[in-house]
Amino acid sequence: MAQHTLSVLVENSPGVLARVAGLFSRRGYNIDSLAVGPTEDPKVSRMTIVLNLEGHALDQVSAQLFKLVNVIGIQEMKDSDTRQRELAFVKIAADRGKLEPLLAGYQTEIVEEKSGTSIVQVVANNKDLVALLKRLESLGIKELVQSGAIAIELGSQTLVEQTARETGLASSDNQSQLEDYQN
Amino acid sequence: MSEQISGAQSLVKSLESAGVEVMFGIPGGAILPAYDPIFDSKIRHILVRHEQGAGHAATGYAQVTGKVGVCIATSGPGATNLVTPLADAHMDSVPMVAITGQVPGPAIGTDAFQEADIRGVTMPVTKHNYLITDPNEISRAISEAFYIAKSGRPGPVLVDVAKDALQKMTGFSYPKRPELRGYRPQVEPNEESIRDAAALIAQSSKPVLYIGGGVIKANAAKDLLKLAELVGAPVVTTLMARGAFPDSHRQHLGMPGMHGTVAAVTALQKSDLLITLGARFDDRVTGKLSTFAIGAKIIHADIDPAEIGKNRYADVPIIGDLGPTIRALIPAVTAEFKKRQPDYSTWWRQMDSLRSTYPLGYNEPEDGSLSPQYVIELIGAITGPDAVYVAGVGQHQMWASQFIKYEKPRTWLNSGGLGTMGYAVPAAMGAKVGAPDTPVWAIDGDGCFQMTNQELVTCSLNNIPIKVAIINNESLGMVRQWQSLFYQGRYSNTDLHSKRIPDFAKLAEAMGCVGLRCESKGDVDKIIKEANAINDAPVVVDFNVHRDAMVWPMVAAGTSNDDIMIARELAPDWDSQEL
Repeated sequence: MAQHTLSVLVENSPGVLARVAGLFSRRGYNIDSLAVGPTEDPKVSRMTIVLNLEGHALDQVSAQLFKLVNVIGIQEMKDSDTRQRELAFVKIAADRGKLEPLLAGYQTEIVEEKSGTSIVQVVANNKDLVALLKRLESLGIKELVQSGAIAIELGSQTLVEQTARETGLASSDNQSQLEDYQN
Repeated sequence: MSEQISGAQSLVKSLESAGVEVMFGIPGGAILPAYDPIFDSKIRHILVRHEQGAGHAATGYAQVTGKVGVCIATSGPGATNLVTPLADAHMDSVPMVAITGQVPGPAIGTDAFQEADIRGVTMPVTKHNYLITDPNEISRAISEAFYIAKSGRPGPVLVDVAKDALQKMTGFSYPKRPELRGYRPQVEPNEESIRDAAALIAQSSKPVLYIGGGVIKANAAKDLLKLAELVGAPVVTTLMARGAFPDSHRQHLGMPGMHGTVAAVTALQKSDLLITLGARFDDRVTGKLSTFAIGAKIIHADIDPAEIGKNRYADVPIIGDLGPTIRALIPAVTAEFKKRQPDYSTWWRQMDSLRSTYPLGYNEPEDGSLSPQYVIELIGAITGPDAVYVAGVGQHQMWASQFIKYEKPRTWLNSGGLGTMGYAVPAAMGAKVGAPDTPVWAIDGDGCFQMTNQELVTCSLNNIPIKVAIINNESLGMVRQWQSLFYQGRYSNTDLHSKRIPDFAKLAEAMGCVGLRCESKGDVDKIIKEANAINDAPVVVDFNVHRDAMVWPMVAAGTSNDDIMIARELAPDWDSQEL
């Protein structure tokens, strides 16, 4: 078992999140985190899904996901050539003076400090976030809000371009199959 | 702006534009606006007695014609009654479009009368589905639904339309070529995969063509015959593929799987290469997966990429429509065979020995009562391979697969994946509508028949003269068989008493059918011929058969195919076989 991150481009249509979530539960795959948001194309949303799977199962998950009519493309985001970040807010019973030494070296911001309680905003990859939260535990975390991971591939190529090439969506020579679909 | 019509008119015009000739359904409140233009449409609407009947009828129609079957129901219970046939069609890859009415848009989500979230309910059991609340989107949704249902790996698509969308006005244009960004099934196989497959075939010494229902969906039976004769290897056809390859053909070893022939099951087990065409390594075929065909390399051709490697690793995956795939394999194999003509004579000697030592058969009951296998065998022999046979689920289904000889695709219909009891009568009705000049026999069980027989009323009133053989062993026979084998004969709730109640012949007569009964072997031939001679009404024959007959061979669920039994506590004599 290992953690994998999938970026999934989906049509921005009603029910698409339920379709994806339903597929995962029905096939018995556990999602570690899921983040959905808009993209540069208003008709397309992008999901970043982190899950724990064996390599063989990952191919099956991808194939099953791609079978969904609303799924446009899928790409595994490998650590080596992607940048991946999560966002967290931590409410903690400590003032700036106690916090700052622990936060050193991480991309954080103290959003609010009031009556001995602070809200810390953290942007980090999963590994760093886990490490930082472990540090902060000693001060007593009162509340934790954490987003799913989002990821982008490094380099000039986009996921849309890549999936278009892989699936033949860019070419128009795939039209012949449409001819006899009527009864 | 084009002429304005109602959403309901748009729906019916869209169905007409999709080429729909017939649909099965029942009206109700939410779908009612659509039924007004249906009244004037050239589409034949057959008013069924239960929505489940509409769904299975659409499946039967689709299975026989290769066209998209269409059913229509109202919201709430009308729609939820379609769930079983949708799941059935999903498992067996049947092209179907189901139209349901939904409560008006503003009422959605308020627990309104007859509201059910049928899009949510059917998400896991449809290929795709829609909830339409805007009348302008009806024609596009219908066009996409037909395209999705029929193309790629076929499947059911549900279009749920809110009542107010049916009532509001809209322009009409029917997009003949829907644009679906995330849906482009791969039709043409990859050339390199074809070459790799051909090379593997030429190198193998014990190949088997493992044929699934995909060959029938792809209308590739003729191509398969050419490929099979070119390769010269044994052929096995799964439950969904019966008829894809002629039973009379010398290379055909029959059906593999839980109730397959010893030769077919053993061929897969001992093979060194499975040439898998449109099959999916279902647990009923593989038995315990970790012991399945352990020495075999796998060529796996399927139009659905998600089937590749799902249950069994494929050495050579081929994604594409089976028609082009098989037609590409033929020249590729021919070229390989020119370099190296394989010799399968040892393999064939082994298979021929198994085939002749362990043919399908059955023992006549010792008490002189009627044997169910004999009845089914005779129906097939008398009616012939041009007829269509539709089974329910259970023992009679297995016997109908084993003892009727299938020569052509689309002559054998059954619920293979979901195993839906009650499938036979409505599916036979749909099949007869699709093939009105062909005799259609439902081979049903007394348990199955009591789930959906109300559609015989529909058949009687709409001149759909199907024939139904009730293989009446007054029990849930397959469950009883498992109780005999695995539960020490403790027959918990499997005795249906159906030789006493109901009187099937009278029930049939009450529904406008001819009702017949047969209790002795001497009458079987005469009664089948009598039933075959009746073409102006549905016929139901209650065959009172021996209740303790069992389906053999059998690979018990969860065990290895190596442990196939040919009768109770009787394994094949492997020592005498050269394998």
